[in-house]
Amino acid sequence: MSDSLLQDAPSTAAHPLPDWFRKNQKAAAARFDTLPMPTRRDESWRFSNLKAVDPQDFAPARPVAPELAAALLSRSHGLKSPAGSTVFANDRLLAHQLSPALAAQGVLWLPIEEALQSHGELLKGHLLKNTPLLGSDKFLALHQASLRAGSFLYVPKGVHIEAPLQTFHWVAGSGQAVFPHTLVVAEEGSSATVVDWFKSEGEARNLSIAANDLVVAKDAKVHYVSVQDWSRQSVSLHSNNTNVAAGGAALHLGLHLGGVYSRSESVSRLEGAGARSEMLAATVADGAQEFDQRTLQEHGSPDTYSDLLYKNALYDRAKTIVSGLIRVAPHAHRTDAYQKVRNLILSPDAEANSLPGLEILADQVRCSHGATTGEIDPDELFYMQSRGIRSTDAYRLITFGFLNEVLDRLPHEELRSQLQDALKARLRGH
Amino acid sequence: MSTETISQLDVDRTRGDFHYPEQHTFDAGVGLSHATIDYIADVKNEPDWIREFRHKALDVFESKPMPTNWASKDLDNIHFDKIRYYLANAQRPTRSWDEVPDDVKRTFERLGIPEQERKFLAGVEAQFDSEAVYSNMKKALGDQGVIFVGSTDGLKDHPEIFRKWFGKVIPTGDNKFSALNSAVFSGGSFIYVPPGVKLKHPLQAYFRINAENFGQFERTLIIADEGSEVMYMEGCTAPKFETATLHSAVVELVALKGAKIQYVTVQNWSANVFNLVTKRAVAHEEAEVKWIDCNIGSRLTMKYPGVVLKGRKARGEVLSIALANNGQHQDTGAKMIHAADETTSNVISKSISIGEGRASYRGQVHIPKHLKGCKNNTECDALLINSTSRTDTYPAITVRGSGNSVQHEASVSQVSAEQIFYMQQRGLSEAQAMSLSVNGFVNDLVREFPMEYSVELKRLIDLEMEGSVG
Repeated sequence: MSDSLLQDAPSTAAHPLPDWFRKNQKAAAARFDTLPMPTRRDESWRFSNLKAVDPQDFAPARPVAPELAAALLSRSHGLKSPAGSTVFANDRLLAHQLSPALAAQGVLWLPIEEALQSHGELLKGHLLKNTPLLGSDKFLALHQASLRAGSFLYVPKGVHIEAPLQTFHWVAGSGQAVFPHTLVVAEEGSSATVVDWFKSEGEARNLSIAANDLVVAKDAKVHYVSVQDWSRQSVSLHSNNTNVAAGGAALHLGLHLGGVYSRSESVSRLEGAGARSEMLAATVADGAQEFDQRTLQEHGSPDTYSDLLYKNALYDRAKTIVSGLIRVAPHAHRTDAYQKVRNLILSPDAEANSLPGLEILADQVRCSHGATTGEIDPDELFYMQSRGIRSTDAYRLITFGFLNEVLDRLPHEELRSQLQDALKARLRGH
Repeated sequence: MSTETISQLDVDRTRGDFHYPEQHTFDAGVGLSHATIDYIADVKNEPDWIREFRHKALDVFESKPMPTNWASKDLDNIHFDKIRYYLANAQRPTRSWDEVPDDVKRTFERLGIPEQERKFLAGVEAQFDSEAVYSNMKKALGDQGVIFVGSTDGLKDHPEIFRKWFGKVIPTGDNKFSALNSAVFSGGSFIYVPPGVKLKHPLQAYFRINAENFGQFERTLIIADEGSEVMYMEGCTAPKFETATLHSAVVELVALKGAKIQYVTVQNWSANVFNLVTKRAVAHEEAEVKWIDCNIGSRLTMKYPGVVLKGRKARGEVLSIALANNGQHQDTGAKMIHAADETTSNVISKSISIGEGRASYRGQVHIPKHLKGCKNNTECDALLINSTSRTDTYPAITVRGSGNSVQHEASVSQVSAEQIFYMQQRGLSEAQAMSLSVNGFVNDLVREFPMEYSVELKRLIDLEMEGSVG
């Protein structure tokens, strides 16, 4: 099944890619071939509709025509003045820029292929180094074998980047597969905010197997936001790995809007004392959409903190799965770990699955998880209607407020308001 | 906490660590085959339909793989070919206390069941190895039309009720161990409560294992007819043996319209017992089923009592306390399957992990499409006593459609050093302080228990803490 997908995967870069990278890609291709497709009997795929995921239906994306490229570029509205900005269409680079002031401070913001050529050794230690833990081994092998597009951010020691850096990943044309990657390496005491926009041109059916690695060194701070807004026919798999060293802090926020089947896997590894990670997601599911979310909060050191908040609003025949695990290693004493899943069901045909798990092997741990599933409180609705708000508007307002609680956790104001706009646009018509 | 404390917190198992010479007239030998099934059916002089049922169940058992996803690797240590699947004393179940053999009486005395209590309780169905050797029902029960007999008597003497429900709540093929039980079951209770009869006193059965390598496969079926009420109590301790013992019961409850069933278990098998139990109830319209489940003993317990809420306004509840000490894994939980409008369910689970003990909660809540007004509340609290203790929570909640409300909460905490220090300052020993904290942790749940059991449970928790650091 892999043949069609892997055939023209090798890079067309002007400069050769490092040997280690090509060797890894070859090994990944072989792994993709030999690994079996997961089944629902695998605990990490429980409740998933695996029939929706068949890589055979897709081929690696071909470049878009120049006119379309220009059109997509003009539609890549992001922040007014980002620290850096990059645009890809069908895994090909369209535009790239970085604030010169940051370049002067030693910040690297590069398309990943260019980074591999110019800073291969720096990437070697971080790119896809984590073992997949949440079930997508096979798909991540395909990602690695096919990887050509994405952004690499390197923030030197002590450098703070105020404005976010943004990347647009466009896909156009039916049956195209893309493999976006984002690698962020934040050195000691540095900070940065990175946002990925995933967007489709039109309503064609596509496949995206995306991954990102967030490497947060001692006392560094990384905020990462992904807005998954692929077409409603598309299949999306996204794996996130966050590694936080002592005193570091990470925030990972996913706004999930598109795709017919969309799976996101997110692992936070708290690897040093005092490391912190926030894991956030807001999902709007309607039609026959399925959002399959798997998370792991891996506490490997004492005095670490993690907090997860995943919220789903479900319409029509939509289905969501949130399977989360907090794992506290035997020596990770005094861990604080929280996990909250909230499902708002707005239709008699929607289905919400929650699997909040805990595995605690340490002492003096404060852990809790909660999962609730319910509908809109009739009192809230009545209150709004009694103040002259139409019932459809009231429903939409309450739903927006429900999901906005997640977006409110993002400190960057302009980015937050962009996410709110995207959420409002998505809720229009409900 | 020091490692010394860990060892000293271990339960005093010597209380159940004794047994008397075995005099088994009927013994099916070791291992399981169709011949074993025929042997059991012959000895028990069972009708053909049950013999056939057993044979089919054996085929299902053999065709099913061992559980994989959920199961502990420890299950691989069960050697099915080394287990005795049936043995019984030759006695017929006896009616009066005087007829009970002396060594059995001595066993009960060592277990500390007061004579007074035995007389006071409405009926006692005590199981000594697979067969009921003692059964005593107050005449009043019989007058009310209540049937309280062993499962074998139930299927022989009351086939018209028994056959209608037997194997319907938990089909043979439900899981590998329910199939095993269906093939070789003996012992357990059959209870039928006629419409409108509300039993004031609990029905009670004590179980014991008393043969090395012997697995016990009770089969209990309780039917509460319309508007009736019954409470059943099951408690067990087992003597300690060097090789593992398998215990695999199947318990089926049927609560018809408006009926109430409470099923209480205090499980205190010795630490070499594999306790793999399937328990499920069906609650019809406006019926209530409550499982009260305490797991203190055994090496590995896997038990997830469930309620299928089949009728409108049916209610299901699981109250669970698990205590896992060194070498123990308490893998317990609850299943609530909502199948009608306005059904409600409540699960409260408290677990305590001591030393290297591991307590796991697994739960399933299922609300299918087009139901209205269903509610579930689940709370799981875990208490870790030592730095080597482990606790896990693995719930799975599926809700289809709006109009229902489900909430799940879990927390993990410790007995804080400050608390212990505070109590020690006021003159309590560390062990007393620990015992008090643990009892405080489970107290609000224990209060929900019937009197006899809350007393027994508190005593058992104290025992766990007995001899702790002084």
